[in-house]
Amino acid sequence: MINQAAIKDLIIKMADDELIQGHRNSEWTGLGPVMEEDIAFSSMAQDKIGHAWALYRILHEDLGGEDPDKFAFLRPEKEYKSAHLVEMPNGTYDFSLMRHFLFDQAETIRYESMQESSFEPLRLLSKKVKGELKYHTLHANAWVMQLSKAGEESYGRMQQALNNTIALAAGLFEASPEHEAALIEDKVYPGEAELYRRWLDRIYPVLVKASLNLPAITAIKPVYGGRQGVHTIHLQPLLKEMSEVFNLDAEAGW
Amino acid sequence: MSHKTTIAAVYESLEHVMDPEIPVLSVIDLGMITGVELEAGAVHVKMIPTFAACPAVSYIRNNIKITLEKELGIAVSVEVDKEVHWQSNRMTAAAKEKLKNFGIAPPQILAGEVSSEILLEIPCPHCGSKETYLRSPFGSTLCRAIHFCKACGQVFEQFKPLE
Repeated sequence: MINQAAIKDLIIKMADDELIQGHRNSEWTGLGPVMEEDIAFSSMAQDKIGHAWALYRILHEDLGGEDPDKFAFLRPEKEYKSAHLVEMPNGTYDFSLMRHFLFDQAETIRYESMQESSFEPLRLLSKKVKGELKYHTLHANAWVMQLSKAGEESYGRMQQALNNTIALAAGLFEASPEHEAALIEDKVYPGEAELYRRWLDRIYPVLVKASLNLPAITAIKPVYGGRQGVHTIHLQPLLKEMSEVFNLDAEAGW
Repeated sequence: MSHKTTIAAVYESLEHVMDPEIPVLSVIDLGMITGVELEAGAVHVKMIPTFAACPAVSYIRNNIKITLEKELGIAVSVEVDKEVHWQSNRMTAAAKEKLKNFGIAPPQILAGEVSSEILLEIPCPHCGSKETYLRSPFGSTLCRAIHFCKACGQVFEQFKPLE
């Protein structure tokens, strides 16, 4: 019997990351620097929110959780388990692209590792999500490489974006002190430390091709807290905006 | 009518349920149907969406129910199949031809995983040239990418290959 509380904790953090990053992606709709990029971030927003929805549905259908919409929109801030990386405002395009690159590579590693998960609903979903994520990482890799080779200012900004984002991104791999051992033992997934190693191995060759310098691993101090409900000041305003329409009438049929 | 309903009749009827985003393709053409079961007085259809976040799923599901009930005169239930996930290789050869004639480049047969190389030199659905390049892996719907044809100078969309 797999530890249900541990699985719920894992799925909530995955789903909340998808939901919040999806919302941030959607904030580029109508504001992208060129039309293809506007469309790309809007499409990725749709994918992310779709993946969040699929995960919330697993909670609802397989683990006795709440209705997906209500769970997504009606929780108090401290019950969200999103990482600080996805909560940060979009800021400039270099930051948005670098976050997109680091986040989607991390997601890819995570869903790849779940192709073997002992928890069937997660195993089935991860096969589908993994294929779709290919387009997110193709997009991210292409832009990281192009902008890093687009002149001195462009290169400088991409390197700065990497320096500013890497510790936040490392925070995606915050393990639950309470549940991590059970998840690994039950073979739900290989655990955050292992995913972190695989992720570094995956991003490194792309950064090398882009001539970007990954800061020394030992110097990266992951920004933790999100998984424990401790959030940045940016999450509450996002939640308020995101759930504004839903809260007009939470019982409405759409 | 219901006593005459056969599996073949259900599949024939499903060919009349078109995709709302690509109205020349039916749910059969797209490979969205994973199973049909007949029970006493009822048909049970299993389907899968192309992309997980496809906004048209409930619309298509409802269209299947309405079309089949009307054509076959039998109660129909439609369920999303979680055991199978959609891959572009599920699309029939006839569907790819229809897609091309509709002005959208079809997905190539996938032998392995999607790579950046597979999105290059996609034949232009307008002039057939392979002198094309990828403008963006994202397009007007989740399942499309945008390409540009250097030979005829036109932008065109492609139905993306999906693993």
